[in-house]
Formats: sequence, structure tokens, C-alpha cells
Amino acid sequence: MSQMAIDFIQAGRRQRHRRWLLITGILAILAVVLCCAMLVLGNTIYPLEDVIRALSGEKIKGVSFAVSTIRLPRMLAGLFAGFAFGVAGYTFQTILRNPLANPNVIGITSGASAAAVFCIVILHASNAVISVASVIAGLITVIFIYILSRGKVFSIGRLILVGIGIQAMLDAVISYLLLISAQQDIPSALRWLTGSLNGSQMRELPPLIIIVLICSPILIGLSKHLNILELGEQSAFSLGVNTDRTRIILIVCAVCMVAIATATTGPIAFVSFLAGPIAKRLVGAGLSSIVPAGLVGVNLVLAADLIGQFAFEYRFPVGIITGLLGAPYLIFLLIRMNQKGEL
Amino acid sequence: MKPTHLFQAEQLVAGYEHKTVIHGVDLTIPSHKISVIIGSNGCGKSTLLKTLARLIKPTSGRVTLDGKPISKFPAKSLARIIGLLPQSPIVPEGISVADLVGRGRFPHQKMFGSWSKQDYEAVAEAMTIMDITQFANHNIDELSGGQRQRVWIAMALAQQTDILFLDEPTTFLDITYQVEILDLLTDLNRKHGTTIVMVLHDINLSARYADHMFALHTGKLVAQGTPAEVVTSERVNEIFGLDCTVIPDPISGSPLVVPKGRYHGSGVTV
Repeated sequence: MSQMAIDFIQAGRRQRHRRWLLITGILAILAVVLCCAMLVLGNTIYPLEDVIRALSGEKIKGVSFAVSTIRLPRMLAGLFAGFAFGVAGYTFQTILRNPLANPNVIGITSGASAAAVFCIVILHASNAVISVASVIAGLITVIFIYILSRGKVFSIGRLILVGIGIQAMLDAVISYLLLISAQQDIPSALRWLTGSLNGSQMRELPPLIIIVLICSPILIGLSKHLNILELGEQSAFSLGVNTDRTRIILIVCAVCMVAIATATTGPIAFVSFLAGPIAKRLVGAGLSSIVPAGLVGVNLVLAADLIGQFAFEYRFPVGIITGLLGAPYLIFLLIRMNQKGEL
Repeated sequence: MKPTHLFQAEQLVAGYEHKTVIHGVDLTIPSHKISVIIGSNGCGKSTLLKTLARLIKPTSGRVTLDGKPISKFPAKSLARIIGLLPQSPIVPEGISVADLVGRGRFPHQKMFGSWSKQDYEAVAEAMTIMDITQFANHNIDELSGGQRQRVWIAMALAQQTDILFLDEPTTFLDITYQVEILDLLTDLNRKHGTTIVMVLHDINLSARYADHMFALHTGKLVAQGTPAEVVTSERVNEIFGLDCTVIPDPISGSPLVVPKGRYHGSGVTV
């Protein structure tokens, strides 16, 4: 075997590495810029300098309140929920080897949303209860979809179809709950129809931040395993991956992240669906796209929220904007998969 | 040269839910040799291969490596000794050839960190053996069926196992590529002493390339030995239900099965 072959392979791989670093770096910088914009922009535009001073504890009239009570929680909710949606969506799409198989399409988000709305409207529960109920409901939805779609041989197509059915049912439940709810609960419950960062409060954030800080390192740590699972059950097994155990860990972590993000911001439409394919297109398939997918999720949520807040006369919740982006992509994907015979 | 292993199946019974396919097979895989499992469709050859390669848990009996049941080995360390190329591996979209071959290095790698020097050497060696180095930085989607099959085998080679199982590595390929793949596998066996066990559909190519053959019929091992011992007209009739004549292959001297069929029988007599 020649040194030339090694050098040739190494050169190609280095180039792909550099591209990965470059893209990830750009995505990270863009995320920082958007985070700053979320703090600077608002009814009144504050200079970044004042914002930083306010955040470091200094009392500045007007700035301190607006930044730390309204804009910071809004930005943090978008940041962590976006990352959670991106990473979890990519994980699902990769495990199931199908871009349609993401928490949005297969109904996990709806399960978590329905639980959250039920807790708010019927139980008038606290934030902690809403978080726990959403995560449990998300997991139950997954198990339920899995059992219903199991059949004799596992089929991803069937899983997606069952998921879409379950999603329709749960959305009906959400609508029903909203119809019977008391007037004063509607604004907060409405969030679970479209997903919104409006009215995010600091005290709602700790569960989201904690779950994301626990689950995303696990998912990123298992990204090599995820790459191997992508090769199919038999190859993965013969490469020494304990496929069942790995899949369960990955799915539980991803579901927890999606559910807790949904409990906090509502189902921000299509972010978990778009982030993975965009990241993959940007960095290529050889290296893990899990971190770029999370960053794309952050950028999508924050950019869409800024657009929703400031681009129009009327303020739109973030979910409307991401929905406008995501729906055409879903149609495009369906047409393309149909042409390739993958549906 | 790869180390010698004792790889055995004892009283192996295996199958799928509600259906037993393998009914009590005992066998020893000859080390450093090419073994081929033959049999008709549905006789259980693929199931046997998968059970040996630990993809299917036996209902009873056991598969042992150097006297120890393979189920007792940690998954990753077993993956450094036994490799498997499944019949229809799944191609991730948009991946480069070198990165795909590199995934075969998984059992040798730590959880984090990029490729080590050994990883690069193993990938380059596997790609050189399979003659696909020039495609290293190509996208796998750009390759033809025969080239892709070489990429998959290279991935299994990069795993650097002592024993390699292949489930019909030549199916769906033109005859030219079938011979090419089997030649490359023979190179691997002769140069590195890799023990190869495969299921092949074509009995004549099996007889030419195998050092040792296992003949399977309705889930039982009915014959084993050199191709000359296994491939006789009586046995081909018994296993495949095919009326035939067996003559020496003019190139290799190995047995060559010539089917009789109901037509064209009045020409030359052999």
C-alpha cells in the first residue's frame, strides 16, 4: 500500500473537515449575531453597549427592565428551543433514514402540545407540571405510534402515516381544549397552536435549559454511533453497535428535548424538519451534522422571530414564519421523493 | 498473516418467529480458507450465515469462537474479529467513498477524536485492495453497481477482521464484476490469510473459488468438503432438484455443473 493513497485520502478528508469547521463557525457566528439582535431590537433600540451593561447587573433606566425581563428570556427560549428542535429532528431523521420522519410530522410535538394545553386549560398547572407532562406525553406518543405501526416487519412508511394520523387526532384535541377553555387562558394556550416566543418568562426556562444541557451532549457523544446506525441494522450490528440500546438512548434523549422545547415555546413549525437537511446540505454527509443542525435550528428560530416581530405591520409569532418556510419545503420533498419512488 | 481461529457451530437451531429454518447444524469453519455455503432458494443458507455472524440469535445450540460462545464477547471486540457484509447494505445519501469505507473503522475507534494513523492506513489499504482509491473523494452516488459493491467490501476490509462473512457479494452484478469481486476476495485470502465465509448463488463460481463447501438442504447440512467432494451430479440433483452432468471446468479443473433441461439434449454427449 502506498503512502500516496494515504495522502490522497487524507487530503480529501482534511478538506471536508475544513469545510465542516468553516460552516459550523459561520453558523455559530450568525447565531451570536442574531442573539445580540434579539437583545438590541425591540420597541426601542438600545445600543449593544447598554445591553451588555444591563446584563452585567448595572441598573439603566428602561434598558434593564426591557432587556432582562422581556428580551433576554425571549432570546434564551429561542436559542435553546431552536437547538433542541434542530438536534432532535436531525437525530430522528438519521435513525429512521427518512427526512419525513421528524418529531413534527410523526406527532411527537402534537403529543407534547396537547399535554401542555390540557395542563394549562383544565388543570391550571404550574410550569414544572407542564414540563413533566409534556415530556411524558411525548414519550407516550412515540411508544403508541411505534406499537400501532409495528406490524410484522418494521416499516418507516407505516410509522410516518400512523404518526400523521395521531398528529391529526391530537391537533383536534388541542382545538377542542381551546374551545372549551376560559377566556383568560386562551392567550397562553394559543401558543401551542403555532409556537411563539411571545411572553417567554425567565421562570419558565430552567427545565428547557437543563434538559438541553443534559441531552445534547449525550446525542453529540453518540453521533459516531448515529452515523453507523445510518448504514442499516445489519451493518451497524456487525460493526459492534448495540443497535437496540443505542436507538433507545437516542430516541429518549431526542423526545425529551423536543417535548420540553415544545412545552416552553409551543411547536415552532417545521424547525426540526428543516434543520437537519439544511445542515447536511451545507456540510456534506461524511461528517456528523448534529452540531450544525442544532445551530441551523437556532438561526431559523431567531431569524424567524425577528422577521415576525419587525418585518410586518402586525407582529406574527415565530411559528407562522417558520411554517411559511417549511410548508413549501415539505411539498417539494414529497414531490421529489415521489419522483424517486421513495414514498 | 491473520491469527488462526477455531470457529464452530454446535447443534445450531435458528430461524425467525414461528419458523425454524436451521435444524441442528454442526460445522467448523476452516481457518485461512474460503468457504462457500451453497443450497437452493429458501434452504436457509443466508439464515445460517447471519446466525454465524451473530445477527440472529440461535433458538438452541451455539456458535463459538475459540471455544467461547460469541454471545459472551463484548460487541465491539467481536467486531474486531468477525465482519459481515450484508446482502443489501444501506447507502447514506451524499457520502464520500473514503468516509464510507472509514466507517468500517468504528470498532477500532474511541468515542471522540478523528482518524488515527492506523485508521488512514487501514482505509488506504482496503481501498487499494479493492482498487477504488481513485474514487476516494467521489460521492458514492456517482459510482456504478460494481464499483459500489467494491466500496462495501472495502468497508468490511477496513474493519480488519480475521474472519469475514459475505452474504451474496456478487448478486445483481454482471458476470465480469462477479469474477472480479471473487478474484479480489481470493487476493485478500491468499495475501492476508483472512478466513472468508460466503453465500453464493452460482454453483459453478462457488466450486471454482471455494476451498471448502457446505451444502445445505432444508436447513440441514447434507455435505461438506472440497468442491470435488461436494459437487457431484447426484448431490446437485438432491439439493437443487436439477438433472445435470458434472464435468471438469476447462480452466480450473473444479467441478462444472451442466444442466440437462428438457430441450437441446440431442447434441453432443459428454
